[in-house]
Amino acid sequence: MASAASVIERTPADAVKTGLPVVCWFEECRKDSVPLVGGKCASLGELINAGVRVPPGFALTTEGSRRFMAEAGIDREIASLLSGVDAGDLDALEKISEQIRAVIETQPFSIEIEDLIAECYRKLAVRCGMPAVPVAVRSSATAEDLPGASFAGQQDTYLWIRGVDDLLHHMRRCISSLYTGRAIAYRANRGFGGDQVAISVGVQKMANSYTAGVMFTIHPANGDRSVIVIDSNFGFGESVVSGEVTPDHFVVNKITLDIIDRTISQKQICYTVDPKTQRSLAIEVPFERQKVQSLIDDEITELAWMGKQIEKHYGRPMDIEWAVDKDLPAGGNIFILQARPETVWSEKSQRAASGAGGSAMDYILSSLLTGKKVS
Amino acid sequence: MKFPVPHDIKAKTIPGTEGWERMYPYQYQFVTDDPVRNQYEKDTFWFYDGLHYPEPLYPFDTIWDEAWFLALSQFNNRIFMVPPVRGVDHRMINGYPYISPVPVKDPAEIGRRVPNFMERAGYYYKNWDALEAKWKIKMEATIRELEALQIPRLADMEELAVVTDAIGESKGYHLLKNYDDLINLGIKCWQYHFEFLNLGYAAYVFFLDFVQKLFPSIPAQRVTQMISGIDVIMYQPDEELKKLARKAVELGVDSVVTFSQEWTEVEAALKKLPKGVEWLSSLALAREPWFNISTGTGWFHHDRSWNDQMNVPLSGIATYIGKVKQGISIDRPTEKVRAERDRITAEYRGLIEKEEDRKQFDELLGCAKTVFPYVENHLFYVEHWFHSVFWNKMREVAVIMKEHGVIAEVEDVWLLRRDEIKSALWDIVTAWATGVTPRGTKTWPKEILWRKGVMQKFKEWSPPPAIGTAPEVIQEPFTIVLWGVTNKSLADWASVQEVKDPDTITELKGFAGSPGIIEGKARVCRTVSEVGQLLEGEILVAPTTSPSWAPAFAKIGACITDVGGVMSHAAIVCREYGMPAVVGTGMATKIIRTGMMLRVDGSTGAITIRR
Repeated sequence: MASAASVIERTPADAVKTGLPVVCWFEECRKDSVPLVGGKCASLGELINAGVRVPPGFALTTEGSRRFMAEAGIDREIASLLSGVDAGDLDALEKISEQIRAVIETQPFSIEIEDLIAECYRKLAVRCGMPAVPVAVRSSATAEDLPGASFAGQQDTYLWIRGVDDLLHHMRRCISSLYTGRAIAYRANRGFGGDQVAISVGVQKMANSYTAGVMFTIHPANGDRSVIVIDSNFGFGESVVSGEVTPDHFVVNKITLDIIDRTISQKQICYTVDPKTQRSLAIEVPFERQKVQSLIDDEITELAWMGKQIEKHYGRPMDIEWAVDKDLPAGGNIFILQARPETVWSEKSQRAASGAGGSAMDYILSSLLTGKKVS
Repeated sequence: MKFPVPHDIKAKTIPGTEGWERMYPYQYQFVTDDPVRNQYEKDTFWFYDGLHYPEPLYPFDTIWDEAWFLALSQFNNRIFMVPPVRGVDHRMINGYPYISPVPVKDPAEIGRRVPNFMERAGYYYKNWDALEAKWKIKMEATIRELEALQIPRLADMEELAVVTDAIGESKGYHLLKNYDDLINLGIKCWQYHFEFLNLGYAAYVFFLDFVQKLFPSIPAQRVTQMISGIDVIMYQPDEELKKLARKAVELGVDSVVTFSQEWTEVEAALKKLPKGVEWLSSLALAREPWFNISTGTGWFHHDRSWNDQMNVPLSGIATYIGKVKQGISIDRPTEKVRAERDRITAEYRGLIEKEEDRKQFDELLGCAKTVFPYVENHLFYVEHWFHSVFWNKMREVAVIMKEHGVIAEVEDVWLLRRDEIKSALWDIVTAWATGVTPRGTKTWPKEILWRKGVMQKFKEWSPPPAIGTAPEVIQEPFTIVLWGVTNKSLADWASVQEVKDPDTITELKGFAGSPGIIEGKARVCRTVSEVGQLLEGEILVAPTTSPSWAPAFAKIGACITDVGGVMSHAAIVCREYGMPAVVGTGMATKIIRTGMMLRVDGSTGAITIRR
């Protein structure tokens, strides 16, 4: 596939300035696209190219957001606001954050950038066969998702966005989310300079999920690499990610893909889309469905298989968000929304099981001496 | 975890069984008149050995319990010096054996035992294959000796040869002596039984333990799958049935072999045909030794062998003939099993991060594979072949006792302890020699009648799974692997016990024996003689299974047992056939009824009853 730069349409002036694209499709992104599209979008591109089913979308690149900030003179304004700020003074940080975010959110994109985004959005709508296709708008920072620097939850996500105007507005909000008080403090403490962290914004078709959740290709409780653990609930994944419900819980053997443990919980709420406002909202799960398994066994197996492929592709345990789309027929309706390296256990190493790594006899002896705990 | 006090359980004597204690060895009793022993018994954790004894023991059948009481304990504690454990202690309540591993408590003593254990057990592990070959020779010689053993009848006048050969001994003396020899051969055979078994289980259980440390969620069955597909002779009897089925089709006598379920009729019909005679000669070759396979576990006198009950193998042959005629393969899918074993082993190994762990994995897997054939094969030699011949020799002794009026029926002999039989034989031979009537003719029949009533009441009693005080740690390898005694199994046993009405239970838990999920109708078979009722695709629910049940596995969709761990027969066979099994449920045969709709999840060990 051609490189991102060569496929993206842009004005001649564009190329003259930096040679980097302002927007690009997910499928044009690779692992090494992180500086251009941030971790999340690069990883989505990587997944698509690994053969994983991902809802389509595009990104406003870091170049795009940088140019937005530069063209409107926002970057200079921010630099002056941030100069001499005390990273330990949270109140002061919050105040500055508010100011910075207001500046960003009220500035329009240049017409050139607006046109490029609108064109991508139109093409996406055509691809999905839906006018004003609802999309998820997420920030995708260049330093997040890296092992050892979990920025999880520090940037915003906006769901069910429809129409170009709303889209542009929320894309600016995503860019501004780089400047929450916490994010400023975090970067300062971790030693990331302001110019080392750039932001990209991902725009992705909303999966109209019947059921959604998260999947780990390692047991989050004990670090067992031979299992895949899936949490699921009806509706969108928000209820699972946010911890608002106790989701259904499945443990799948990674090697044989059979389900070795399942816990079906009472799921009182789920997120669905409000047909009038096109916004997601929490609703009560009908009582008779609360204790129904939210993901059927075949879906669990297929999902786990996908998880295994994703892990194989990245060569490390992964943390994955997924959804089953209700608009599509079984067999082609499970989508991976996000995949990032699992960061908790990958920093620890697998617990050593062998004593001295000696003979079978040594191990048998030391095990006999230890015995099996009963109570 | 709290369990009932053994002495409280024992104190609730079943009405009409008062004095039952005399049916068993005195050291098997929980006592109240010896404060030290009484306290030890209270502080100890005893669990019901339901794996071996799904029903109460007849007085004579206690012989094997005593035999392994001695053999297991001596190998652990006096021969291999297993550092933290001594033997396994035994007690009996209402005919049901309770057992308990005895720990070495003093850390200094454990330390002193370590070098001895390393030297002694190490010698066996290192020379396993050569020593196992020697074992086979010893074992086969013991069985040949048993087969050659004569149980002489007592004639009114001894043969003339006693005089002309100047033998100087009577048949009466030979009867006493040969009865002793018979018993001693039995005890010896059980000595050999445990020569390798403790070490075999240790190698197996700690391989399991190692892999579970690396992969805490790995189902035990996946670990046992890594040592599947190894040829063991326990499959041979079943293979012989398949061979005979193919041969019958080849010779065109299959319709004769299947025309009746009565072996005597089939045999008579076959004898009239030249091809039938040819088939019968193949059968005769297969019968020795392969039909010396018990229709039960071999632990009980009523577990008759295929040779004793030819209708059982006949029905197996008929099942296989049916499959062959339909063009369905009856071969064990060995190649598939091995390919899957290798894939699984390689994938798990690939997930091990540290080089030294991978090395340890290889070492322990190699060791487990080395010990595996013995762990399986000893069953054929001891529980099946030896026992089948042994029970019949005992029946010869019983015939003589019946002739002399000490017992009314041959099968009454099992109601006497083996030392009581010895006394009765003394009574018989002295009376025979003297020309008077044995005293036992008036005492034993009455006692036997009473004991029969006691046994009936014992059968109706449900032994609690565990009594006494649960320990914090179990180190005895058998207790862990064979009986599957773990925190979880004890809790599961306790929870089912608490349910008052078994008709309301909809969920049962057992060990995940072999993976897969299936729904189907239950067929409860308490003994192998009932497997003929099984319909294609039904779920077999049995107390436990043994190799003579093998043909049943060609028909069923899944298997559930009351007793057994992931290394039990049902689990192993189901894995070989690739069908789900849930084993060690504790009481499936008591809760499930034939015809119930079940969902069996062999990957999690869950059974759902659709009521």
